[in-house]
Formats: sequence, structure tokens, C-alpha cells
Amino acid sequence: MDFPLMDIEPIWLSLQLAGVTVVILLALGTPIAWWLAQTQSRSRVVVEALVALPLVLPPTVLGFYLLILLGPHGWVGGPVQALTGSALSFSFAGLVLASTLYSLPFVVQPLHSAFESIGKNPMETAQSLGASRLDAFFSVITPLARRGYLTAMVLGFAHTLGEFGVVLMVGGNIPGKTKVISIEIYDRVEVLEYAQAHILSAGLLIFSFLVLVMVYSVNRRLPMQVT
Amino acid sequence: MDLLEAKFKMNYPEFNLDVELNLPAKGVTVVFGPSGSGKTTLLRCLSGLEKAPSGYLKIAGQVWQDDGIFIPIQERKIGLVFQESRLFPHLSIQDNLLYGYQRTQPAERNLQLDEVVQVLNLEALLKRRPEKLSGGERQRVAIGRALLTSPKLLLMDEPLASLDMKLKAEIIPFIKRIENEFKTPIVYVTHSMNEVLQLVDTIVILKSGKVENIGSVEEVFSDVGLREAVGDEQLGAVLETSVSEHDEEYGLTRLDFMGQVLNVPRQNIPVGQSLRVHIHSKDVSLSTAPPAGATSVLNILRAKVDKVGVLDPKGYSVDIELDAGRPILATITRKSLANLNLQPGQPIYAHIKAIKMVHDLEDL
Repeated sequence: MDFPLMDIEPIWLSLQLAGVTVVILLALGTPIAWWLAQTQSRSRVVVEALVALPLVLPPTVLGFYLLILLGPHGWVGGPVQALTGSALSFSFAGLVLASTLYSLPFVVQPLHSAFESIGKNPMETAQSLGASRLDAFFSVITPLARRGYLTAMVLGFAHTLGEFGVVLMVGGNIPGKTKVISIEIYDRVEVLEYAQAHILSAGLLIFSFLVLVMVYSVNRRLPMQVT
Repeated sequence: MDLLEAKFKMNYPEFNLDVELNLPAKGVTVVFGPSGSGKTTLLRCLSGLEKAPSGYLKIAGQVWQDDGIFIPIQERKIGLVFQESRLFPHLSIQDNLLYGYQRTQPAERNLQLDEVVQVLNLEALLKRRPEKLSGGERQRVAIGRALLTSPKLLLMDEPLASLDMKLKAEIIPFIKRIENEFKTPIVYVTHSMNEVLQLVDTIVILKSGKVENIGSVEEVFSDVGLREAVGDEQLGAVLETSVSEHDEEYGLTRLDFMGQVLNVPRQNIPVGQSLRVHIHSKDVSLSTAPPAGATSVLNILRAKVDKVGVLDPKGYSVDIELDAGRPILATITRKSLANLNLQPGQPIYAHIKAIKMVHDLEDL
């Protein structure tokens, strides 16, 4: 069996999208998760629900509203178009924004539970030893939350890699710009090119499986907290 | 002299704290009281972990809390040791020890790693990880870590509560050494009488969020008025003695107490070293003259009657306060009191039936 020539562009685009999204999500998810773990505020449940919303919504719903929001006449897309000349819909930047929202719960929730299980004591202890809150966060809390961070990164990355509906709605299907693996697979199946669809699908399946095996085995080996 | 002045007021529906303290900022001050008496809250207020709505705190000339002033915990020169060691699991023992040291201005570092490692005997542990240590070792590291911030005050919140008797006995000498060698004043919160007696210079008794008494351990433990707070089993004399000789033939150790001699079972303590002993008030009986014949009681102290306690017509016993250079308390029956006809100032012989070394005392 000879392999048809593969277009690696969708693969490369998917990796880029997932990478950029994870970096943004870590920066964004850390303060949200920390706030959720610390606050006594009643608005906490609202924020928790908002963060979890992408878990239950059909991707098309999220995609639909994002399309309107990011388009040339949308609240976000309009001003962006006025500034840069093009709206965010059907662009890589638009995809990043959509993926960030879509994968937010996959990053915030592991971090939130990691911060919660760490509790107040390590922060108090570090402060009593002269560390500022920020210093204590990076020197104590972050290393203690590394399991949570690893899980958050992998889930965020893998979930972004696998998204379909939102990407299709917001990004369309523009080769080299918004055409990611999952859409490429759909395209191949549509035109009955099963061999190529197989290669991409099996590749994604094996990749996802290996990553999850790695995460679970690393998590098992990281030391637990001592009192 | 350096002083610790503190005044905290907190009013919560379920708990009130209303405490005013003026203490010498040296030696070991023990805050003692049952759970719920507010001792941990007091410690959290001193450390800055908790902010009392109304409070004043001044230590060694520096105001840490007053109206409109609240120095945050990380800027206070305090060391905190908790009931659990709270070592950072991701750091080696050496890095745990250095965590606070590295965050202390070089000019303010009075203590160096080597000294602390030596005094607390941590050399062998430095390269190890916290989870490989025993509970007692971890607590020693936690104490060392707090000391290496060169604190003006070391606050300890039941640091030995989670350890068994053997480990406690292992750590207490280290706490004494800290006080001797580094001169760091210690405020130590506990509900364990055993720890109190071994360590304490000044004792603060808290009850329902209020200071019930402050004094030296000798005063507090022989204060009949504190019977309830100190505990019936503990009320009595705490005497500072020194080991004067060992009697190998009879397996005894002789202690010198203000020129008088006390015999106790052979102690493994070098001659000349001090030893605190506790004499329960019910273990003291009295006679107005030295025993005429032979007696099996080895320890008889000469003393004077200081005060005869209040007679409760319904009770059968009465507390007699004696002066043997230091206060000693005897609880005798009313019948005996009538027989003896004691008057203040009268010389008396106190027969001591049992002496406990404070390091042998069991927990409450």
C-alpha cells in the first residue's frame, strides 16, 4: 500500500493553535483558578458556571455566538476591523480566541482543584518565612501544584487539538490559515479519501493515547504532600 | 529591657478574645489553657496571620499593630512553628532551612545555617527530603527553618502536640538550647502541662479568651486560686533544684534545693546540672516537730507556715501554703489542721511523699 502524499500543513496549524492556546490559558487560568480557590465571594458560583459552560454547550452554539461577536459587525470583531482592517472571524487569531474560551474549563478545573487541595497552610508558612504573596506563589504554590499544571496543560492542548465544531464555525476552512487536522479529516472523508483520513485519524488517536498515558504515569510518580 | 506589649480585642458571636499582655521579651513564655480558650487565636494575632479589629502590638520597640498600622506577616521578624511541621515537600531539608534565610536581609541575619544545624543536630538530614524524615526530625527542621529568619520572637503553636512522649522528650532539650544559645524569646502555646513545666519561665493562663493569670511557674502552680485552671492533679510546688551527687549504693540522686536536700531515684543527669521537680500538694504531709523515731519518708523539708487556706465547712481538706524559700503547697484534712493548730509564721516540717521529675510527667 502506498501512502498518498500528505499535506502536513493542517497538522502544523493544529499544533500551533494548541500551543498558543495553552500558553494563553495558563496565564489566564492561573489567576482565575487561584481566585476560585481562595475567595469566599458569592460571585464565585457564577464564575465557576461561566468557566464550565463550554463543557455542556454544543460547540456550534459557542461557535455561532463567537462568529457573530468576532465578525466585522460584532462587538469584538467590529473595533478590531476598524483598527487592523480585518475582523477576527475566519482568521488564526479568531481561532486562538475561540479555542481559549472552548478549552478554558480543561485548564481552570485541574488548577482549581490543585490549589484547593494545597490549602492555606503553605502560603501562610511561606509568608511567615518572609515571602511576599507573589514570591510564595511561585516558589511554593506552583511547584506544589505541578500535577495540576501538567494535567491542565495536557488536557488544554489535547482538547484544542481535537476541537471541530467551534473551529468550523469561527474559522471556516481556509487552507494554511484555519484548516486544522480535525477539519482536514472531515474533508477527506467527504471526498471518500479514506486512506488519508485513516492516517490523520490514527495519528491523532495514537498521539492522544500516548500523551494521556504519559500524564498518568508522571502524575503517579510525583511525590504527594507531607505534613 | 525588651518588652512585648500586646492588646487584642475580637468579638465574634461564638468567640471573644480580650487580652492584654506585658511580658519580658526573653526566655520562654507559655500560653496555657484548654482548647477554645483563645490561645491559638492569640498566637495568630501576634504573628499577623489574623488581624484583630482592635489591637496594639509592640515588640522590642517596634510597633507592629496599632490604629491604622498593621505590619503584614512577611515583614514581621517572627518565626512560626506549627503543630504540623509544614515543611515544603518539593524542597530538600537544606533548601527548606534556607527558604526564610534567603528572604532575610543579609544585614539582619544573626544566625547562620551552620550554627542552627549544629544546635538542632540536623547535619545528617540536610540532603534528604521531608517525606523521608520522622515526625520529630521534621519538627526540628521546622524549628531551624523559623530560626534562620533571625526572628525577634519565636512563636510556637503546640509544636509537640502531634508527637508521642518519646519524641517530645527528644525535642524539648533542643527548645531549651535555642533559648540558651540564641537568646530568641519564645512564646509557646500548649495545653500540655508536661511541656509547660519543663520549658517555662513565664506562664500566661488563658480562659475563655481572657487572661486569667500571668506569673512565674512557681507562683502559678502553687496558687490555690488557680486550682481549676492548673488542674487538681498539677497544683503544687515546682522547685528549681540542682543535682548535687549520685548515691550509687542506694540508686538515688541527691538534689540541692535552697540548701536543703531532696532524694530522688537515680537520674541520668550530670552533677551540677539543674533539674525542675514537681511536688503535688496531696503528697505533702506536715508535722510540727522533726520525726522522733525512724521514718520511711526520705524527704523532709523545713519550712514556715505562710497562710492557711479558706476553710470550706463542707469539705474535708484544706490547702496550707508553706514557705521553704519557695512556695510549697500542702493539702491536708481539716481534722489534721485542728490537731496541728497551725499559725502563720510557725516552723513546720513538710514530709514529701513523692517527687516527680518534670521530664517524667505524663500528659494531661
